[in-house]
Amino acid sequence: MDIVVSHLTKTYGTQRAVDDVSFRVAAGQITGFLGPNGAGKTTTMKSMVCYITPDSGDITIGPYSIREHPGQVRRNIGYLPELNPLYEDMPVVDFLHFMAALQQVPKREIPGRTAEMIRLCGLTAEKHKKIGELSKGYKQRVGLAQALIHDPAVLILDEPTSGLDPNQMVEIRELIRTVGKSKTVLLSSHILSEVEATCDRIVVINKGRIVADGTAAELRSTASGRERLRVRIEAPEGADVPALLQALPSVEKAEWDADARACLVTAIPDASARNEIFALCVAQKWQLTEITGIETSLEDVFRMLTTPS
Amino acid sequence: MNPVKIIFKRELSAAFHSLSGYIVMVAFLGFTGFFTWFYGRDIFFVGQASLATFFNIAYWTLFFFIPALTMRSIAEEKKTGTIETMLTKPLRASDWIMGKFWALTALIAVTLACTLPYYATLAVIGDIDHRTVLCGYLGLMLMSGAYIGIGIFASSLTDNQIVAFLLTLLIGIFFHVLFQIFSYSLSGWWGGFFDALNMRTHYEAVVRGVVDSRDIIYFVSVALAGLLSAEAAISKR
Repeated sequence: MDIVVSHLTKTYGTQRAVDDVSFRVAAGQITGFLGPNGAGKTTTMKSMVCYITPDSGDITIGPYSIREHPGQVRRNIGYLPELNPLYEDMPVVDFLHFMAALQQVPKREIPGRTAEMIRLCGLTAEKHKKIGELSKGYKQRVGLAQALIHDPAVLILDEPTSGLDPNQMVEIRELIRTVGKSKTVLLSSHILSEVEATCDRIVVINKGRIVADGTAAELRSTASGRERLRVRIEAPEGADVPALLQALPSVEKAEWDADARACLVTAIPDASARNEIFALCVAQKWQLTEITGIETSLEDVFRMLTTPS
Repeated sequence: MNPVKIIFKRELSAAFHSLSGYIVMVAFLGFTGFFTWFYGRDIFFVGQASLATFFNIAYWTLFFFIPALTMRSIAEEKKTGTIETMLTKPLRASDWIMGKFWALTALIAVTLACTLPYYATLAVIGDIDHRTVLCGYLGLMLMSGAYIGIGIFASSLTDNQIVAFLLTLLIGIFFHVLFQIFSYSLSGWWGGFFDALNMRTHYEAVVRGVVDSRDIIYFVSVALAGLLSAEAAISKR
């Protein structure tokens, strides 16, 4: 099932939490939803699961609209809220039975579904423990198990790895990848490496508006828009290599990086400086020992998109 | 399965698995038992095989004990965030609230059932009016339903259990005491109006053994007003 968000707007008092947001999450994709705190990620996700009512706009999950078919939308969505609230007084197995019943899983199928979720989420040894006695990592697994208990077509995960240690993060990420093979998944996160590793596509939201939408590679090229090179040249003593590189028509900026012991060159937009740098070295009879493209990290892209220039 | 039934089972199970539920039950039984049998104008002082003393004490005891049971019903779910887990399931807010209401009502019914030995004892030692006793219990259940409705409403307004407790008492004091004072102080239409709103008027009518549809409608209306207001409060997001 596709998720289609159309012109979604939600205002709290005078603050516009979400401002005319539109995007689509294709069926079978894992999509990352990125943005700084207060950007509107959680508001958008809560609107998708019909927990809050947007002021205008609509969201459809497959053929169902949050405004016209909230019951059907909820039936087709598995949702893991940001703080993963659970009934801590309940044993894991009872909680999953309860959630399955609420999700209208047929009574005879509940024990089977519960057992399958316990196995899939690695909760076998903990299934009779009260949820309050579990570690944060296991609680997160219980949260995922309850979101998956009715085998939903769409999974919405709000910061599924927040607060977990690195080992737990890897485990939960692996679990999301496993279940995400057959579902439409939208997950929000602050951890960019996680989004890059887990997601097929990334949607970036800032101040309630979508500022980027594409694959990690597309985002990098869109955000940087210009070539960056690390250049190592063996030149005679006293030669001002950065200044001569800077003088090339295709080079916008060249600076010496003492740590890398190389020149960092930024080309002008939509141009490559490689040929001119090579020609300069030939003309000056310098030895060009390295010329490597520097990839813009997703962190750089995120900062560029979400901080005022 | 009916969502109300699912919530009812979970809430009742939670109540019987929590220490606070038992504390409230034991405190209620201890308090009413002490004043019914051992202290002040107790059953022996009255000198008749009547549970009127118990029904009078329970009327006041429940007034304080019901807020202690209802205060956590929604406030706790708001505080821990489980309200979000629940209301993003294919479940209407009204089903969720009704499940909680019936579970709390059942808890009160079980607590009151624990006082049936009082009735059995009096039936053995004297000639008791069974109909009055039955109506007395019916009155207590109806009054409890009304205060549970008010308590759930108060709990839906806050995420702080103490605030919910105090708010229930604050609203309850109007029905329990203030409307009666207003009805005594005012005459004419206003006096009648406040008398109609006074919980004691309707409770005493039922406890006396006169089950009038107006009294039933009164208790059901107060409970429904509380529950519908609670639904409106949690649906406003």
